Amino acid sequence: MNAPTLTGPIDRRGFLKFSALAGSGLVLGFYLKSAGQALGADVVKPVAGTEFKPNAFIRIAPDGVVTLVSKQPEIGQGIKTSLPMIIAEELEVNWKDVVIVQGDLDPAYGGQSAGGSRSTPNNYNEFHRLGATARTMLVEAAALTWGVPASECFAADSAVHHRTSGKALKFGELVAKASTLPVPAAADVKQKDPKDYKLLGTRIGGVDNSKVVTGQPLFGIDTKLPGMLYAVYEKCPVFAGKVVSANLDAIKALPGVTDAFVIEGTSNLGGLLPGVAIVADSTWSAFSARKQLKVTWDEGKFANDSWDAFAAKATTLSKQPGESTVKKTGDVAAAFAGAAKTIEASYTYPFISHASIEPQNCTAWFKDGGFEFWAPSQNPGGGQDAVANLFKIPKEKIIVHLTRSGGGFGRRLSQDFFVEAAAIAQKVNAPVKLTWSREDDLRHDQFRAGGFHFLKGGLDANGKIVGWQNHFVTFGTMSAGRGGAGMAVRPGSGGSLDADQFPSNFLANYLCEQSVMECNIPMGPWRAPGNNVFSWVIQSFIDELAFAAGRDQLEFRLDLLSQKMGGPYDAARMTAVVKLVAEKAGWNPKNFPRGRGQGIAFHWSHSGYVAHVVEVTVSKSGEAKIDRVVSVCDVGQQIVNRSGAENQVEGSVIDGIGTMMFQELNLDHGRIVEANFNDYPMIRMPQAPAKIEVHFLASNNPTTGLGEPAIPPIAPALGNAIFAATGKRVRQFPMSRTDLRWS
Amino acid sequence: MSKYTLNVNGQSYTVDVASNTPLLWVLRDTLNLVGTKFGCGIGQCGACMVHLNGEPMRSCMTTVANVGRRAVTTIEGLAQDGHLHALQQAWTDLDVPQCGYCQSGQIMTAAALLKSNPKPTDEEIDGEMAGNLCRCATYVRIRAGIKHAAELASAKGGKQ
Repeated sequence: MNAPTLTGPIDRRGFLKFSALAGSGLVLGFYLKSAGQALGADVVKPVAGTEFKPNAFIRIAPDGVVTLVSKQPEIGQGIKTSLPMIIAEELEVNWKDVVIVQGDLDPAYGGQSAGGSRSTPNNYNEFHRLGATARTMLVEAAALTWGVPASECFAADSAVHHRTSGKALKFGELVAKASTLPVPAAADVKQKDPKDYKLLGTRIGGVDNSKVVTGQPLFGIDTKLPGMLYAVYEKCPVFAGKVVSANLDAIKALPGVTDAFVIEGTSNLGGLLPGVAIVADSTWSAFSARKQLKVTWDEGKFANDSWDAFAAKATTLSKQPGESTVKKTGDVAAAFAGAAKTIEASYTYPFISHASIEPQNCTAWFKDGGFEFWAPSQNPGGGQDAVANLFKIPKEKIIVHLTRSGGGFGRRLSQDFFVEAAAIAQKVNAPVKLTWSREDDLRHDQFRAGGFHFLKGGLDANGKIVGWQNHFVTFGTMSAGRGGAGMAVRPGSGGSLDADQFPSNFLANYLCEQSVMECNIPMGPWRAPGNNVFSWVIQSFIDELAFAAGRDQLEFRLDLLSQKMGGPYDAARMTAVVKLVAEKAGWNPKNFPRGRGQGIAFHWSHSGYVAHVVEVTVSKSGEAKIDRVVSVCDVGQQIVNRSGAENQVEGSVIDGIGTMMFQELNLDHGRIVEANFNDYPMIRMPQAPAKIEVHFLASNNPTTGLGEPAIPPIAPALGNAIFAATGKRVRQFPMSRTDLRWS
Repeated sequence: MSKYTLNVNGQSYTVDVASNTPLLWVLRDTLNLVGTKFGCGIGQCGACMVHLNGEPMRSCMTTVANVGRRAVTTIEGLAQDGHLHALQQAWTDLDVPQCGYCQSGQIMTAAALLKSNPKPTDEEIDGEMAGNLCRCATYVRIRAGIKHAAELASAKGGKQ
């Protein structure tokens, strides 16, 4: 199966041929001359020994090309563009002179996990220092060349200039001299004044856009190596069920199949579960053979679990005291007894999948007693650790190449696809690409946990909240993976309320209890874990209390925010965000006729303070159409890439709306019922809001990330707008389960 | 296994694959044209969209045996004479992609739309694009990108 040679204009203009993928490790990393160029870039070959390389992230070649390493996994959050922008800003290099390459997993780069919206805050200050250090050395090199004080020189436009004489030397011309200089201490490096920024805060297109729009190989699933085989892996539909027998001989006889075998696996829900591997000469041969696979499973003790039974159990538990107390302030029982009005409500949300459009996949090659991986992973170091632990191989013998990921949302922080690919590769004397089907991806996710909240609130005669109580019934496992440790049932990822969750610390009488139901469902972080549903529950119930009190939703919230009694929540930041969103949206809910409504909600998570106002129209037949969303985000003092930042907020808004409207996985007989996008609907363009207006409120706080914090408050803002329009309260996800008809 | 001669992006290829192999996997595994993406395998997500004689077609649902003599155009063949298609330019101008995985399918569907309807309304765009999922939810920018491409094409005298 020879790769065809591509001819035609694209090839002539210098894109690497696909056959270039044969080189190990060069799956990514076309050396484009300019980060911003579209079609037709020259291939720039790095010339060893002649570059100025002040640190692991910056290389400047004599021809002036500045190569910057992107160390973080790119999953659509735009980090491959935004972090190098910080270096470029301090370095005073023109963005058009910059080439960005994806770094492999390498201790020289420090931590490389992309999760928790931490990539920006964890690297922001250091990347300023890296760029400023290189600039300081280039200025020093020029000053030495001219025999003038460095204080008379400055860097700008990819060159160093002498202030008085007007002389200039391009960065490329300073490479040899700068390479001889010692790297200055951090204290001797002066970073730029933010008022002088030229690049940060502007709109810069994604550095891979030209490859995305022309279909060049970028993603993990695009990996191709010489002699590579293709694998699928069938696991028990009841999680961690064991293989009793399989028709392996029949499978091995099928066209294109090179091998089929059982992998014993472990009970670790986030690790290597038992299953049957089929290896073939193409993806389709493997997929086709799998249709003939017959496995007898030992489904284990969870084979009768169902969502309906869990829901019934949750209701029973809600009538008992919670298993544990998350937070207790004052005396809610006494507060309710003395209240002018109390209201109760329960909120429910199901398990859901991450459903990245690129299914989980991983290419692994076992050779010379070690592994080499090409992995679309958010956490390549975690993958290396998992493989090292499971296969007893030193980390130094596990090479991980980072590929672009076709969506992350937290899914690719888990290591199941890594260890599965490794287990298969160990038995195959060739590189092998494991590709999950959509059905695998949906049914064997590390799911967003479902949950049940049973709330009670009290109001005094003035309409002020006097008490708040929440009994949260959640899911946990005893799996040795993430969460449990085999000794106790522990809540899954995002399945624990924390003691400081709003409005804790804002009320004199507050009680939060938690009960955990044991299951054996894999749970993992899903974009803004916990917060993505807690915000909906909390901000919806605040809305219920405000309506019960007969007070304006905005005024009621600002009043609550003014009651802070302690804790880490920055009420002043949130108040400013809420006031600004109200101003930008023209908050005036009384102006909306019946059937149209305005809703507001706010949430703090992942260091970001965010509020949304939603305007919705609900038809008499109960169909909701979102007319307008106004968003205000305070993520600190500096927006790095305005285009990328707005894209994250727009995407979060629509993602949150889609999750609320449609997403639901059901469990029956211990297995996930839904299989593919035909029975697991996702939001599509017709349901996306007509208009999303994004505003950033700069505050004097550290710059933080935007992959997650904008998603939590969108669902309650929509739910609150729907209530304003119709008088119908959405207390269950997906929203399609609530009858929104009105007359 | 059977031999099929395919016309892909103006070039002729002969492949030897099972007759029920979806065109998607012939493009990706046999011809190394990986811009066409696998998302669901059942025609629900649109990530595998290609053109057959200019008509949008889901390559995961089209077997190699059913392609026949029809000309296959993939995302790799959309640019002509070294010039990006107006949609590719618009996607770059407006920084549409986030992860980018679905975008080749989005562009191929949009290219077929603009060919038959050079000035689509929002409703027409929504209707035509409803078959393409974007998990990053870049829908607002895709909508804007199609309108921008329509303007770019119109400025160039209607040439897509």
